[in-house]
Amino acid sequence: MAEVQVPQYTAKDFKSDQEVRWCPGCGDHAVLSSVQKALADLGIPKEKIAFISGIGCSSRFPYYMNCYGFHGIHGRASAIASGVKVANPDLSVWQITGDGDALAIGGNHFIHVIRRNIDINILLFNNEIYGLTKGQYSPTSLKGLVTKTSPFGTVEEPFSVGELVIGAKGKFFARTVDTNIALSTLIYGEAAKHKGTSVVEVLQNCVIFNDGVHDVVAGKEVRDERTIILKHGQPMKFGKDGLSGLILEGLKLKVVRIGENGITEKNLLVHDSHENNPGIQYMLANMRYPEYPVALGVIRDVEWPTYDEAVKEQIKSIKETSKIKCMDDLLNSGSVWTVG
Amino acid sequence: MSKQSQIVEKEAVVIRFSGDSGDGMQLTGTLFSDTAALYGNDLATFPDYPAEIRAPQGTVGGVSGFTVHFGHSEINTPGDYADVLIAMNPAAIKANVKWMKEGSTVIYDKDSFSDKLIEKAGYSGDPIVEEKIEHYNIIAAPISTLVKEALKDLDLDQKSIARTKNMFALGMVYWMFERKLDYTEEYFEKKFKAKPEVVKANKIALRAGYYYAETIEALTPVRINPAPIAKGTYRNISGNEATAWGFIAAAEKAGLQLFIGSYPITPATGILEALSARKDLGVKSFQAEDEIAGICTALGASFAGYLAVTSTSGPGLALKSEAIGLAVMAELPIVVVNVQRGGPSTGLPTKTEQADLLQALYGRNGECPVVVIAASTPSDCFHFAFEAARIAVEHMTPVLLLTDGFLGNGSEPWRIPKMADLPKINPPVAEKSDGPFMAYKRDAARLARQWAVPGTPGLEHRIGGLEKTEKGTVSYVPENHELMVKLREEKVQRVVEKVPDLKVYGNESADLLVVGWGGSYGHLLTAVRELQAEGYNVSLVNFNYIKPLPGNVKDVFDKVKKILVCEINLGQFAGYLRMNHQKYNYNQLNKVQGHPFTVKEIKEECIKLLEEK
Repeated sequence: MAEVQVPQYTAKDFKSDQEVRWCPGCGDHAVLSSVQKALADLGIPKEKIAFISGIGCSSRFPYYMNCYGFHGIHGRASAIASGVKVANPDLSVWQITGDGDALAIGGNHFIHVIRRNIDINILLFNNEIYGLTKGQYSPTSLKGLVTKTSPFGTVEEPFSVGELVIGAKGKFFARTVDTNIALSTLIYGEAAKHKGTSVVEVLQNCVIFNDGVHDVVAGKEVRDERTIILKHGQPMKFGKDGLSGLILEGLKLKVVRIGENGITEKNLLVHDSHENNPGIQYMLANMRYPEYPVALGVIRDVEWPTYDEAVKEQIKSIKETSKIKCMDDLLNSGSVWTVG
Repeated sequence: MSKQSQIVEKEAVVIRFSGDSGDGMQLTGTLFSDTAALYGNDLATFPDYPAEIRAPQGTVGGVSGFTVHFGHSEINTPGDYADVLIAMNPAAIKANVKWMKEGSTVIYDKDSFSDKLIEKAGYSGDPIVEEKIEHYNIIAAPISTLVKEALKDLDLDQKSIARTKNMFALGMVYWMFERKLDYTEEYFEKKFKAKPEVVKANKIALRAGYYYAETIEALTPVRINPAPIAKGTYRNISGNEATAWGFIAAAEKAGLQLFIGSYPITPATGILEALSARKDLGVKSFQAEDEIAGICTALGASFAGYLAVTSTSGPGLALKSEAIGLAVMAELPIVVVNVQRGGPSTGLPTKTEQADLLQALYGRNGECPVVVIAASTPSDCFHFAFEAARIAVEHMTPVLLLTDGFLGNGSEPWRIPKMADLPKINPPVAEKSDGPFMAYKRDAARLARQWAVPGTPGLEHRIGGLEKTEKGTVSYVPENHELMVKLREEKVQRVVEKVPDLKVYGNESADLLVVGWGGSYGHLLTAVRELQAEGYNVSLVNFNYIKPLPGNVKDVFDKVKKILVCEINLGQFAGYLRMNHQKYNYNQLNKVQGHPFTVKEIKEECIKLLEEK
C-alpha cells in the first residue's frame, strides 16, 4: 500500500528568488512570513498552491511566494481566483488583496465570490489607506481622515469588512494583526482548512502613509485591553488580568468585569464560530474601540456546500445520465436529416 | 387534375412572419424553416425583434419579424424583399411594406385590423389602401374569429385560444408551399407534453389554417423543389450555437476541458446558453457578476490549463478591454467572442452592425496586439470558433472572434462535420523544466511561450500584468520593454502560418473587386453572382482573418482595376486596409442602419463604379 506523502517544508521553501520590494517596516513583510510558516505547517504540495492578486502594495505578494502566482488587474483578483479554483478544485487558491482592491474597485467581485462560496482563501490587508498611489483615503478609512484627496477630512462612512462578508452570506471570517505572527499563522491555517470562501482581515500597517493606524487597538501596550482573541468553545474573556469579558445585555454586547456586580465566568458568552445564525458573530465583528475591544481570531466558520464542488458534482451526474458522450454525438443529436 | 396544373414552380421564395412581439412569430418562422430544411431546401433565416420583451402592443416599434429565404438552389442570404408577408396586425404592414416585392402576397389577420390598432400603427384608414398595395395579392383572413370557432369545443380560456393564431397562419403557409404538418405536430407534442389541451388546440389551429387556405381558392400553391445539396447529414444551426459548438469541438481536439466565463448580453447570450447546456461534455460555464468577471474567470481558468472563452457584445467588449490587455501581457490563451450589435453605448441591442472592428483591433491601452478573426455565415461560426481556439492555444495568445447579430441569430442548414476530419490541436503544455521555469521563453517558430499549469511539480512560476523579462522577473528596463512589445506583436503576426489565402469568387482580373469582411459575405456573394450572370466582370473577396491579414492580399489587389470595400460601418476596414496596403484606391460602400446590406444596393453601387471612367 502506497503511503500518502506529506511534503516536509519549512517556511524557506516558500520564498521565491524575487527581491521583496515593500517599504522597510511595512506590515506586509510580517504577513509574508506568517503565510510562509502557515503553508509549511499545512504540508500542501507547493505546486498545488496558487496565489492570485489584484493591484496595490499587497498584490505584489505572489511574486515573493515560490508557488504558482498570477498578479492580475485592479479589483479583479476574486474573479481570476474564482476561475482558477472552479477549473481546478484540487488547487489551494489564495487571493491577496487590500482594502482598495477588494472593497472599492473590486467590491462587486468580492461580494459575489463570497456569495458563491468558492473555496478560496482571501487575505485582505486592511491599512485603511491607498499606499501604492501614495496616500489617498480608502473605503475603510475612518470618517474625517485627512489624506491627499480629503485635505479637509473625508465625509463618507467606511465599510466594516466583517459586516460586508457576513452581509454577502460569508461563511468564514477572521481577523488578525500583521505583527502577531503566532496568531496570524494559526488563522491562515484555519482559513486554508475551511472549505468555502474564507476572508481574513489583516490589520496591517502602512508605515509611510498611515503609520500607526491600528496602534490604538493593537499597540503593544494596549492590545491586551483593547482586543479580544476569540476561540471557538471558549468564554469571551480578555484583558491583561483575564478578568474582562463580554455578555449579552438585551440586544447588545456589553463589556463586564468578572467579580464585579456579581459577574462570574459562567455569565460570559461562549464563542460559537460554527453557528450558522450570524447574529452574535456580526456583533463581534463590528465591535469598535473604545466601546468594545476589537475582535481577533476566527469569528465565523460555518460549513456550507461550495460552488466549485457543486459544479464538479453536477457535471459528474449529468455525464452519467446523458446520451451525449462526445462531440460527434452532439453534432448528430436532435433534428438532423440526410441528403443523398 | 386541374388543381395540379395550377401549381407554380419557383426557384426561391422569401417569407416574412410579422406581428407583435408576443404573437409568437419567432417560433412560427422557426417551425417553417425546420420543415423546409427537412424537405431538402437550402435556406437562410433571420429573426428581427425589438429590444423590449413585450414592446408596446400594436406599435411599429413592437413588431417582431422572422424572415426565411428557402429555395431550390443555393441560398446565401435571408432575402431582402419578401414574396409573402404574414401580418398579424396593422403595425406589421407598416414595418414591412418597404421590404416587400412588388405584387407580393400579404396574408393578414383581418380581426386585428381594428380602428384602434390601425391608429396605433400610424394609419388613419385601411392600411392596404393607404400603402397603395391593393393590387398585391391581399388575403384578409379573419384569423381570430376562425381559431375561436375551431377551438370552441375545447376547455380553453380566451387567452390560450388567441395564442394559437400564429399556428393558423402557419397552416395557411404550409398549404401554400405544399408542406407536411407532421414535424410541427411532433413539436407540439414534445413542447407541451404536460398540457394535452394545448397540443390539441395548436394542432386544430394549424389544420384549420391549412384547410382555410385550400378552401378560399385565393392562393396559388407554390412548389419549391429540394436544392441540389451535397451528400451528407445536415442540421439547422444558428451562428451562436455554431460558435459554442466550435469551442467544444476545439476542446475535444486539444484534449483540454472547456470553460466559459460570461455575462448575458444581447445578442451574444445564446453562446453562454448553448455552452451551459453541455455539462454532459464537461463544459464548465460560469455566469459571472459582470462582463469583467466573465473574462477574468476565463483568464483564471486559462491559467489553470483550460481552453477558456468569454462571449459578449460591443459594450461588454469595452468592459473587458483591461482584462484582454492582461491576457496579452500574461500570454495566456483565451478566445473573446464579440457578437457585434449597433453602437455606440447601448445603441441598437437587437440590430446588427460591423462597427466594433477598430475596437477589436485597438481598443486597449498600450501596444496590445491580439489575433482578430471574423466569421461570415451562421454555420461557419463553428469553423472560425474552432480556428480561434486552435490559434489561441497553439500560439498562446488572446484571439478576438467577431460575429454579429445577423450571424448569431441567423440560421441555416449545415452539413455536420466529422470530428475525425478536424485537425488536432497541440497546446504547448510544459511538463518539466531543467532549472527554474522560464515563463516567457519562446519557441523559435511561433514565439509562443510554454503553458505551465498549476499542479505540475517543478514549474512553479509567477506571471502578471507588469512587464517581465524572459525569466518572468518584473522589469522596467526600457530596452527590455521595447523588446517584449515587439515580440508580442511579432508573435501575433506569425499566426499568418494558419491563415489561408484569400479566395477570389470570380475572375482574378476583375474590373471591380468587391471586398467584404465577416458577416456581409452572403449578401455580397449573392450580389456579385448576379452581376456576373448579367455579364459584369466583378469578383469578390471576403476577409475572415483581419489580424494578421492573409499573405496574398497584394497579389489579389494588384490584378484588379477597382476595389470597393463594403461594410456595415463608416469605413473601418477600408481604413485598416489603407494603413496596411497603401498603394490602392479603396472605394467604399457603407451603411449603418442596423440592417445588413440589400443585394440591390450592392449591385447598384457596383454598376455605378463600373460605369464611371
